[in-house]
Amino acid sequence: MTGARTIVGATGEWELVIGLEVHAQAATRSKLFSGAATAFGAEPNVQVSLVDAAMPGMLPVINGAAVDQAIRTGLALGAEVNRFSVFDRKNYFYPDLPQGYQISQYRHPIVGAGELRVDLPDGRTRVVGIERLHLEQDAGKLVHDRSATDSHVDLNRAGIPLMEIVSRPDLRDWEEAGAYLRKLRALLRAIGSCDGNMEQGSLRADANVSVRRPGAPLGTRCELKNLNSVRFLMRAIEVEARRQVGIIEAGEAVRQETRLYDPQRNETRAMRSKEDAHDYRYFPDPDLLPLSLSDARIERLRDSLPELPDEIRERLIGEYGLTPYDASVLVAEPDAAGFFEAAAQGRSGKRVANWIVTNLFGALNEAERPLAESPVSAEALGQLVGLIENGTISDRIARDVFEEMFRTGSSPQAIVEARGLRQIQDADAIDAAIDAALSANPGQLEQYRAGKTKVLGWFVGQVMKATRGQANPALVNARLRQKLDPDGAG
Amino acid sequence: MASDLNRLGVAEAAARLAAGDCSAVELVEACIAAQEAAANLNAVVADTAERACAAARHADQRRHRNEARPLEGIPVAVKDIFCTRGAPTTAGSRILDGFVPEYESTVSAKLWDTGAILLGKTNMDEFAMGSSNETSWWGPVRNPWSPADGPSLVPGGSSGGSAAIVAAHAVPAALGTDTGGSIRQPASFCGVVGLKPTYGRCSRWGIIAFASSLDQAGPLTRSVADAALILQHIAGFDPKDSTSADLPVPDLHSALQGDVKGLRVGIPAEYRLDTLPVAVGDLWEQGIAWFRAAGAELRDVSLPHTRYALPAYYIVAPAEASANLARYDGVRFGLRSAGKDPDELYTRTRREGFGEEVRRRIMIGGYVLSEGYYDAYYLRAQQVRTRIAEDFRTAFREVDVLLTPTAPSSAFPEGAKTDDPLAMYVNDIFTVPASLAGLPAISVPAGLDDDRLPLGLQLIGQAFDEATLLRAAAALENAVGTLQAPAVSA
Repeated sequence: MTGARTIVGATGEWELVIGLEVHAQAATRSKLFSGAATAFGAEPNVQVSLVDAAMPGMLPVINGAAVDQAIRTGLALGAEVNRFSVFDRKNYFYPDLPQGYQISQYRHPIVGAGELRVDLPDGRTRVVGIERLHLEQDAGKLVHDRSATDSHVDLNRAGIPLMEIVSRPDLRDWEEAGAYLRKLRALLRAIGSCDGNMEQGSLRADANVSVRRPGAPLGTRCELKNLNSVRFLMRAIEVEARRQVGIIEAGEAVRQETRLYDPQRNETRAMRSKEDAHDYRYFPDPDLLPLSLSDARIERLRDSLPELPDEIRERLIGEYGLTPYDASVLVAEPDAAGFFEAAAQGRSGKRVANWIVTNLFGALNEAERPLAESPVSAEALGQLVGLIENGTISDRIARDVFEEMFRTGSSPQAIVEARGLRQIQDADAIDAAIDAALSANPGQLEQYRAGKTKVLGWFVGQVMKATRGQANPALVNARLRQKLDPDGAG
Repeated sequence: MASDLNRLGVAEAAARLAAGDCSAVELVEACIAAQEAAANLNAVVADTAERACAAARHADQRRHRNEARPLEGIPVAVKDIFCTRGAPTTAGSRILDGFVPEYESTVSAKLWDTGAILLGKTNMDEFAMGSSNETSWWGPVRNPWSPADGPSLVPGGSSGGSAAIVAAHAVPAALGTDTGGSIRQPASFCGVVGLKPTYGRCSRWGIIAFASSLDQAGPLTRSVADAALILQHIAGFDPKDSTSADLPVPDLHSALQGDVKGLRVGIPAEYRLDTLPVAVGDLWEQGIAWFRAAGAELRDVSLPHTRYALPAYYIVAPAEASANLARYDGVRFGLRSAGKDPDELYTRTRREGFGEEVRRRIMIGGYVLSEGYYDAYYLRAQQVRTRIAEDFRTAFREVDVLLTPTAPSSAFPEGAKTDDPLAMYVNDIFTVPASLAGLPAISVPAGLDDDRLPLGLQLIGQAFDEATLLRAAAALENAVGTLQAPAVSA
């Protein structure tokens, strides 16, 4: 078995089959076929050239920087970079598409088959096939909230270079899909070919989802459009798969269609069926020559690639002794490997990794903030682990300190000092607390003496409580034993 | 005599201006008067007289300051398919009524940079789709050779206005565009020289696209030398047009000086149609005799795929046009017919904005590109195109230029073929093969038929060898001598 999640319906178990089409904005200063700027957040229609507005007589000219980013991405995916590729026109009418066609690559994409290695939380690894990567233009945006009767068009995005990265239908549940998207984003960010910013739309995913009995032939798929966060992607896939199972188990057939996910209602809704699907009438764009790449250009770009996430992962396991899972999580999150390496300087890598993966990511996730906006810096987290390692605070106290660090941004030393959380190492102080606990609980002491040795643990708890958790637990244990069994018996 | 200035050719006018025999203001005013006298031709759709006069004054001042450029003060009419900054540009279509570009096409800008002056945007078939200038939203153009007492004859198309206004001696030269014969066929019908350069020789930037892989700008003049002179100044690589050729432009003036002794002139067997009118066939034989007399070496050649050229052209050109014309959607410029939703806006705008022939070709184009038909039509047509180009390459191993008729007939009466698109398309039978192969070709007025109407002969050259083509054309022109003037000639 694959170990992937399945859906158990009324009639039995269902397996999911998922393929993702990810649109990643190639990191370039200007658009795919014009000199207009690509910066996010500009006033509507200020980053529009005559070409983007499709004025009569305008012609596209390919932006070499976008081609370079596609090549670099292809190389990072271990994919074949095609020496010959062709730009096609994809014809359809929509007010945000000024030319009346999108320039894309249909029959001859710039990048062919590759693969992406995805590590899963349960320790499994899935190698997901990449079918292709092609370059295409983004469309503009319709603005409906400026007038009760009219829609407006913002063409700032029109002509922005996109890399469409198409996976094979190799993903088997929503966790895998989420892990794939995170890993892909980390890869794109690591090589700088896309900023990976899903909130700003520089990374979006469409998911093709179908269900089947385990091992059966493929079912009818639905395409979920424009999923703009990992969480929505995962929720959309799960809810869509459950919808499909419901339909089939009710004795009906799934209709092949394009659907939209509504995060408010956590449901998918039909957008258009296969019957109304466009015939895009693709044909090679006669305004552009076929794209021909030299080996020298490809090799130069190969040399420009930094250390890739899988290479970093191997290094983290080798150099820091991390578990494969922790290492995978660190390379899958943007900037996390660098964060880890900064925090781990002079400390136990395993412990630091554990703190990042469990505590920091948990808190960030809850606060819905990216690592880049973490209130706890790598340096501060390293210091916190340092305080544990030199015995200043216990793990338990460290969790409280971390919580305050996350809330206030203060340094761990400052919090420990201000709140007097320094661990009690002083044997006299601990003895005093033990004596107090013993004399306050003669009944329990009697039980212990009668041979109920489990009461020892209860006394440790009492002492820790009395010292507000600051006593060194090991020391408490040792001193307590000595007081109860001075001869070391038992 | 100032009143005759409008009859001067480009080189003659430049010489007279340089010698101080006349001023640019006088020259331009004479041409304006001639255009007014020829107003019944309906050859000019946008009046630019006022700005032409201002430009002429400016040209005279430059000459006084010894800053005259090669074509300083020479008026040139421009087909309404070239975007001209500040002058209405409609491509003969209602859908662009009122459109005034804020930019200048590369080709026209290059002309103005040499001192030439825009005088008249000329009428044309709508979006250059037609062979008679009858599809223009601005009404048909009358051929200046039309008999005073007979029916109005068409000037050919699509550059009918440019051919007519040059034939009427109302401007020394005009710019046209040729997709399948749109410069050469009207040149033949109007008794002027029409040159289609090699595809890629001139930039297409700023020219409203009909069929991008075929469209090419070129001059219409009253002499071969003038055509060479204009081409010299409009040719050249343009980084804004990816399909323009990054090749040096040869010195075309000196190319005209040589004779044709030993020049190998090919006569393609497949152009000898059974249906060819006697007058056209006789003129072709006369042309062969002229070349032989001038010392050229005549050779029979075969272009075996010729008969597939016309069907292939009428698949490729409409296919490209169907996408090129998608931008005329009523959203950003030109005509907008309101609708309750985008689909209705498109439908109404395009139904009201495009004429019948344009709608026909958009539908043919959409059809041949649609799923299930693409391979049978578009792909097949592209294969035919490759074969036709190979035919020419093979022939050019044996010969330097090819000699053929330009069109299968002389000018026909208005309305004679408007009900029969296929009869109309056959006008392009001799011009389309060179277009599909991207080769340079020129129509030279070579004689009159029994109705005293002009007929042209076409010379086809090798890619980027306009120099040899023009040398042969000059020899032909020399052998022809002077034709009788058209009926309407100021």
